[in-house]
Amino acid sequence: MSKTWIYIIIMAGVTYLIRVLPLTLIRKPIENRFIKSFLYYVPYVTLAAMTFPAIVEATTAPVAGIAALIIGVILAWRNTSMVMVASICCFVVLAVEFVLV
Amino acid sequence: MKKNFMEGFRDGIPIGLGYFAVAFSLGIFARDIGMNALQGFLASLVTLASAGEYVGFSMMAAHATYAEMAIAIAVTNARYFLMSCALSQKLSPETGIGHRFGVALGVTDEIFGISIARKGVLSPFYNYGAITIAAPLWALGTSLGLIAGNLLPDRLVSALSVALYGMFLAIIVPPARDNKIIRVLVLAAFAASFAFEKLPMISTLSGGTRTIIITVILAAIAALLFPVDDEEDE
Repeated sequence: MSKTWIYIIIMAGVTYLIRVLPLTLIRKPIENRFIKSFLYYVPYVTLAAMTFPAIVEATTAPVAGIAALIIGVILAWRNTSMVMVASICCFVVLAVEFVLV
Repeated sequence: MKKNFMEGFRDGIPIGLGYFAVAFSLGIFARDIGMNALQGFLASLVTLASAGEYVGFSMMAAHATYAEMAIAIAVTNARYFLMSCALSQKLSPETGIGHRFGVALGVTDEIFGISIARKGVLSPFYNYGAITIAAPLWALGTSLGLIAGNLLPDRLVSALSVALYGMFLAIIVPPARDNKIIRVLVLAAFAASFAFEKLPMISTLSGGTRTIIITVILAAIAALLFPVDDEEDE
């Protein structure tokens, strides 16, 4: 077996361990109020931190990313479905970059 | 069961399309370091991690030791640990061990995002639906990037790359609109994430590590100041 395959197994194995340990070890609702509240807030902070400023840097023209961000927030504010928000953001980038780039 | 699977599949489609575009560039990187299409396909299918794979492939290219590889992957993917902790509270306590192993297969930023956005208790079948469409597209994108390099026009790659962020917005904006604490928290996370990218020293940390630091600090502050009651927890 080549070294590459061993690398791949380690990569996948370590990643899976990180994912599977909490899910299998924490099998009951956590009672501690602080930890419970902490875990309740985790998703919002994580997703927000990953979205900005990354969305502005993902596109060829930063302005296209900013436009996608603003329109995405407006659509999501109005309860537009996830699929629609994602698709329209893509079209916004396509349109802005068609004009600019 | 079937309904949950189909809904997961439906929500997994934009994720898969976003993955496809990102994986394409990952595939180009994999080709540059000498991997073949089968290796790229399988590595992506079983690892299912963007930044993690970039780091892993870089370690391969650098002929790192196996221990170095394991440590680098653990650090890069540590945020999945936090996500799995949060997901453990979203599953019903009755969820069997087999389903827990199954859900763990697909703890990615995006699938985590849509899982947490589900109302009430999370059905493992929702995750299976999302994984079924998203994981193969991720793997396929990687191998196609390896084979076909620059086939996908830059314009399209650029446009598709915001699909994932659009989804994140759809997840965080409605609760932020309805709940003042979450709104402040989201804005604080935006600001912190922006600042962390510009600050000396901190900006040299990887994106994944910066995300963990921001999450732990801000979520802990919010939990101390505004602990949630059972009723608010949906």
